[in-house]
Amino acid sequence: MESNTLLSIILFLPILGSVLLLFINKKNENLIRYFGLAISVIVFILSLIIYSNYNNNSGEFQFLFKVSWISNLNISFFIGIDGMSMLLILLTAFITPLTLISSWSSIQKNVKEFTFFFLMLETGIIGVFISLDLFLFYIFWELMLIPMYFIIGIWGGERRIYASVKFFIYTMVGGLLMLVAIIWLAIYASDSLGYFSTNIIELYKIGPTIPQSIQLYMFLAFALSFAIKVPLFPLHTWLPDAHTEAPTAGSVILAAVLLKMGTYGLIRFNLPLFPQASIYFAPFISVLAVIGIIYGALVAMVQKDMKKLVAYSSVAHLGFVVLGIFAMNQESLQGAIIQMVNHGLSTGALFLLVGIIYERTHTREISEYGGLAKVVPFYAFALMFASLSSIGLPGLNGFVGEFLILLGSFQSSVLNSWVYTVFAASGVIFAAIYLLWMYQRVVFGKVTNPKMENLNDINKREMFVLLPVFILIIWIGIYPSTFLKVSEKTTNKVIEQVFHYQNITIK
Amino acid sequence: MVDIIYLTVLLPLLGFLINGIFGTKIKNEKVIGIIGSSAVGLSFIIILLSFFQTLALPEENRKQIIELFTWINAGNLNINIAYQVDQLSLIMALVVTGVGFIIHVYSIGYMHGDKSFWRFFAYLNLFIFAMMNLILADNFVLLFLGWEGVGLCSYLLIGFWYDKKFEKSTTSEAGKKAFIVNRIGDFGFLLGMFLIYLTFGSLNFSEVFARAGASGIPESTFNFIALFLFIGATGKSAQLPLYVWLPDAMAGPTPVSALIHAATMVTAGVYMVARCSIIFVSAPAILTVVAIVGLVTALFAATIGLVQNDIKKVLAYSTISQLGYMFLALGVGAFSAGIFHLMTHAFFKALLFLGAGSIIHAMHEEQNIQNYGGLKKYMPATFTTFLIASLAISGIPPLSGFFSKDEILWFSFANGNILYWGVGAFTALLTAFYMFRLVYLTFMGKERIAKDKNPHESPKVITTPLIALGVLSVIGGFIGIPALFSGEGGNKFEHWLEPIFKNAELKLAHYQTYPHSTEITLMIVPIILAVTGIMVARSIYLKNPSFADKMKSKFYGIHKILWNKYFIDEFYNWLIVTPIYKLSESVLWKITDAKLIDGTVNGLASIINSISTRIRKFENGIAQFYALIMAVGIAIALFWVIFTL
Repeated sequence: MESNTLLSIILFLPILGSVLLLFINKKNENLIRYFGLAISVIVFILSLIIYSNYNNNSGEFQFLFKVSWISNLNISFFIGIDGMSMLLILLTAFITPLTLISSWSSIQKNVKEFTFFFLMLETGIIGVFISLDLFLFYIFWELMLIPMYFIIGIWGGERRIYASVKFFIYTMVGGLLMLVAIIWLAIYASDSLGYFSTNIIELYKIGPTIPQSIQLYMFLAFALSFAIKVPLFPLHTWLPDAHTEAPTAGSVILAAVLLKMGTYGLIRFNLPLFPQASIYFAPFISVLAVIGIIYGALVAMVQKDMKKLVAYSSVAHLGFVVLGIFAMNQESLQGAIIQMVNHGLSTGALFLLVGIIYERTHTREISEYGGLAKVVPFYAFALMFASLSSIGLPGLNGFVGEFLILLGSFQSSVLNSWVYTVFAASGVIFAAIYLLWMYQRVVFGKVTNPKMENLNDINKREMFVLLPVFILIIWIGIYPSTFLKVSEKTTNKVIEQVFHYQNITIK
Repeated sequence: MVDIIYLTVLLPLLGFLINGIFGTKIKNEKVIGIIGSSAVGLSFIIILLSFFQTLALPEENRKQIIELFTWINAGNLNINIAYQVDQLSLIMALVVTGVGFIIHVYSIGYMHGDKSFWRFFAYLNLFIFAMMNLILADNFVLLFLGWEGVGLCSYLLIGFWYDKKFEKSTTSEAGKKAFIVNRIGDFGFLLGMFLIYLTFGSLNFSEVFARAGASGIPESTFNFIALFLFIGATGKSAQLPLYVWLPDAMAGPTPVSALIHAATMVTAGVYMVARCSIIFVSAPAILTVVAIVGLVTALFAATIGLVQNDIKKVLAYSTISQLGYMFLALGVGAFSAGIFHLMTHAFFKALLFLGAGSIIHAMHEEQNIQNYGGLKKYMPATFTTFLIASLAISGIPPLSGFFSKDEILWFSFANGNILYWGVGAFTALLTAFYMFRLVYLTFMGKERIAKDKNPHESPKVITTPLIALGVLSVIGGFIGIPALFSGEGGNKFEHWLEPIFKNAELKLAHYQTYPHSTEITLMIVPIILAVTGIMVARSIYLKNPSFADKMKSKFYGIHKILWNKYFIDEFYNWLIVTPIYKLSESVLWKITDAKLIDGTVNGLASIINSISTRIRKFENGIAQFYALIMAVGIAIALFWVIFTL
């Protein structure tokens, strides 16, 4: 079938592109840039074609494609997507070309390597979102680490080595535990199925039959790896460093897409594979999520570095997503998924904007700015817009996600208490505090720093990057149905799976 | 007309987009002003026609819902962009677009020459857009969109002159404060919505209110819902304890103070509580809280208003105080009286602010009333209209404020108790006093004007709106003449709104009836008090100005407390703001993040590192050493096997 190969094409096209890139002369920087951009644009167009063929009315995996890979162990190259993967692929394919354009002028050294790693990263990310074989998933999960490590380590700021090593080790540790759990799961499958299996669709039937005592450990092994990636409090400290040191494009892709791999993993694996354990741990994880919401906001409030402030705000925002996941009802889970997209757009936009001003001033210290409204009015507007989206102003995207998550968690039968929502909702106040305060110090007032007097406002290229993001921010804010519909059946299915096994306790 | 009601939302949005995007290109102030004003003017016409259309309908068909499209749909939640046209939303919409249009026209004159003229009109239109959503929404979530939207516009407009100083701080600081304090209220509103959804399984007004009317839901649930919603209302409508943002909001241009911070946005809380009347009457305990908060706020703000010298500050505290009256009305179950006062207040308070703007303009940004005096002869039109509004707010018959305040005071006695009435009547005295202190210090007495100022009457584009509002302030009360005087027809305003509040009023306990003589007595006493207030103000500020200074030094302590607004801002800073900031910076960030978590991670890393450094010594490349280790290993293994056997 033609459409089924599409998925393989968008998976391998970026990495194929990065290999082809090796044959282009290093000095021909513009060709390299355009080539990288062309590849990522094609990927985006293909993702739209996939979307137009995607059937919203089915909760089953679609575009299935399976080729036996390591036949002894029954491991196959098995890919397919459901509503959640569909949205995240769209997000990835949408953000990648924009970040490449955004780094047009900021990345001047080793353009070839940069583009190479970026395309490789895209394959890794898409791979994570479409693998339906645990082993294959694990390969992509680790594959994506390598380019990110280099992107931070080579093109980052002053403390880039520290940040990249920290990023690498944090994620590796989680990954290893997950590998152990994957192997255990496959062996367990061979006991009940009669053959070794890493096929997710098969494992969905087997996972819930794992005895509770072991299931708890399995859950934790997976969850740890994902929680680090999200990041969930208190595993978040790699994030501010990685974000601050990464080049703008790196921060954007990290915030917009990479963090979503963690929340994706929780929904794709933890909930359906270990439903009893998920319910068991839901209050515990939700507490961490709520702490993350408030903690991330409070710490963001006192940051002096604009980029770090945005980074800490991510901790708060992702806290909402995790809360939505573990509240485990249709409203909250739909909210969590749309919020993954939202966070990608609004925080992505904020990082782009920090990058834009950094490129002009070479500082990220909030106190160095002030009065930018007069000097760069378009920039001031764009920053306001992105901040409002992040604050969750109704009519823009952030509200839809946060509202559904909070509404869902309030009536969650799993959490069964208002307390989570009451505390989480206070994050709504704090978000306004840290972002508006930052905005006030950066944009309002009089220009006091002579360095800020003659800045250039946003140029056409930058506008070209921001505009599509802003359009989506409004789109989701006013007509989220386009996106909610895509994941509706999927979330339905996840919840059915969880509650189907709720009362079946396996000794 | 009702079926195109959505245009009243879209037109202001369109105005915002045109002026916002092309404003810098259009440049011409007239064009920008006309675009902005006509967007609101056209909306007003549509609303007015809808009003007459609805008036012609039989009473039971007057509620109409215009659905546009599905907004948020997940699980059982289904939220539409849908507008509800009924008696209450029409009244509100008339006030908002009517007063809004007048203020838009006024702004053409007031903002003349401002370098961001276009931005001002864009924001004003955006505000009307949000406000219309708030009023016309047929569900809580869309109302919340408007609710937060007006908050955003308020923020943007307070900080409109973003590089200007304001008192000890800046305008942008004042804007930020407004937004954040409002968000605290919104937090309550959000929780209220969640609980409503949990209890009634819907967030649509029609469904929620129908189910709330049916019995079977415990009172405690209603109490929580009402409390959460009321927290939202105290934020938006500047009631204790969340009123602190409104006085600072005066940092914005004066038309903004008139439109947003007096006539429309700040009344959103009153509207919301009235809209949810059925929920509030089902929570009698919270209804009492509403009444008491309103009453205390009314008195509290009035006392601060007595001593302020900034003309806009006096008006700001007066607004807080009058909003308190409205909540008092709601709290005693007199919902239509609350809405009635909301409407008349919109007329005379908008007029007072616009008049203040006219004076400030004439006095070249001077706002201290101690530096005014004798302005009457320079600005006759401003003076006359300002005087009318002052008489109206003081409750002098037959001006609009008299009827609405009288209604509230009457119900605060009839449905409440003599204490409510007493405090309310006393506040009326204070109101008359501080308003006429303002009038005498500004327009009459000795000129205390700095030499470089030359006051002059404002142009027509400013005075015409004043006259229009003046007319409304005079006649606006006649539609709500109490049944006592109007005979057969009863109170027309109340009658019009009756279907909205019918269910709520049925649920309230039945109150005893009083003889007409009681009603007349209770009506006359506040009039006497108001006149007394005016006379006292006259005798001090017109006849004997030095007396004020004597009193000031005699009651130094009290004056200082009032002058500093009871030190509430300082108290909040000390109790909440500073501790949170310090905690976040020194404990959370520098200790928890940097020391505790990173310390643990880095510590683990260095432990592993040091272990590996030691283990590395084993790999020294000497074959004999490896052989030795191997031998030892085998020995240990053997021992272990032997012992376990």
